[in-house]
Amino acid sequence: MRLDQKVVLITGAAGGIGIAAVRRFVEEGARVVIADMNIGALEAIVDELGRDKAACVQVDVSQAEQVESMVDFCVATFGGIDVFVANAGIEGKIGEISDSTVENFDRVMSVNVRGVWLGLHYVIPVMRQGGGGSIIITSSGAGVKGSVNMVPYNTSKHAVIGLMRCAALESAKYNIRVNTVNPGAIETRMMRSIEDGFVPGDGSQFKQQLEQMTPMGRYGLPEEVANMMVFLASDESSYCTGSVYMVDGGNAA
Amino acid sequence: MSFDFKGKVVFITGAGAGLGFACAQSFVKAGAKVALADISSEAVSSAVVSLGEQGGEVIGLTGDVSIAADVERMLAEVIKSFGRLDIAVNNAGISSALVPLAETQESDYDRVMGVNIKGVWLCMRAELQQMEQQGSGCIVNIASALSQKTYPGASFYVSSKFAVAGLTRNAAVEYATKNIRINAVCPGNVATPLVVSAVEDTSALAELHAMKRLGTPEEIANAVLFLASDLASFNTGTLLPVDGGWTAI
Repeated sequence: MRLDQKVVLITGAAGGIGIAAVRRFVEEGARVVIADMNIGALEAIVDELGRDKAACVQVDVSQAEQVESMVDFCVATFGGIDVFVANAGIEGKIGEISDSTVENFDRVMSVNVRGVWLGLHYVIPVMRQGGGGSIIITSSGAGVKGSVNMVPYNTSKHAVIGLMRCAALESAKYNIRVNTVNPGAIETRMMRSIEDGFVPGDGSQFKQQLEQMTPMGRYGLPEEVANMMVFLASDESSYCTGSVYMVDGGNAA
Repeated sequence: MSFDFKGKVVFITGAGAGLGFACAQSFVKAGAKVALADISSEAVSSAVVSLGEQGGEVIGLTGDVSIAADVERMLAEVIKSFGRLDIAVNNAGISSALVPLAETQESDYDRVMGVNIKGVWLCMRAELQQMEQQGSGCIVNIASALSQKTYPGASFYVSSKFAVAGLTRNAAVEYATKNIRINAVCPGNVATPLVVSAVEDTSALAELHAMKRLGTPEEIANAVLFLASDLASFNTGTLLPVDGGWTAI
């Protein structure tokens, strides 16, 4: 039980990676508060895991009051926060910079960067009080490399690496570790949406292209990303902070 | 650590002390059969005795990783004893006294590069030949935070660790479709014989890290075991930092 006695708060918990991570956390002994826009999906997960182990709350991470309430709810339910997984993120619309809208840029940055900052802003004081913790931010392969037609997403995933490094430097003295997990292409709804955005009506063609560009020749599974999250959440990674952790089948190599 | 490596055969270089010995210990606890290699036969013997007492199925090998014939001999011994090679941890590494680049000596270049990058290459070459034959395998190289940061006075150590990172990534891409994963752990400063002998004041070293302390060998071993396990099944070409925040700044 690598997460025995730990309380985990995770946003974007109803997404592909989120659900896999939640299940792994509970398997390893944690109790979880799962947060997402999609409250219906969250309720189903809580039913599956049991109310002694899981509780859910609806949140739009770009809204400060909602993030604050989410954190308060976690503390009220399970007494504190040992692990925070800032996983909520959106891909935005596919298109070149000059063909994209200001609204799309603002929305992606608001959820993917502001939402992460807000999470850290409200969670860090709780972790300080509790004597420490581990924060895991979901970045991306797109956070370390360039790509085309997804500029806001790519920009936001680069940005959270900067945010993570600074948070790690600030928070080390509070015994709080901060890192990013950077998935490559993973079998999730988000990838289906991206594939369809690039090749409308024939997303599988785009998937094939991406697979060919990946050294391991395949997409990753949500469980494979969840495994890295468990490592970073647990005491096994006690000397890991301020760093980027790829789960990408060799893409960044 | 709750990893299960029962029945897996692991080859570790520089296993007589420090990080290598800590990895060997962790693998033994997790049920693996371990071949411990080191240049010091004394260190190898005591390591074998110590791990045997802990219930480990281990063999000891003495050799210099910078010498091709030694590497071939050691790998052949692993196969003779255990029949296969599932995991290799290329950890053997040395440093030399701190000196400005203009005062460096060829003998130190040959020695440090010989162990730290040529040795890693020679070991990887032999390991990959075996793993390709088997159709599976996993290599974890010990690189360093200094694979991407600098340390004035340590030209050869830093250069060699940049090189290990490059070799790791390149090989990972080459072998990615052959069911062989190749990754590296990048430790920060850890209280091992190598570090303690190279630096007078380890408390000054601790200040480099956001966590204001050195790492422990067990913390590095945890990362090695993670990368060696099926939990890291989508990881290849990964440089995994374990450096207490040193590379964040």
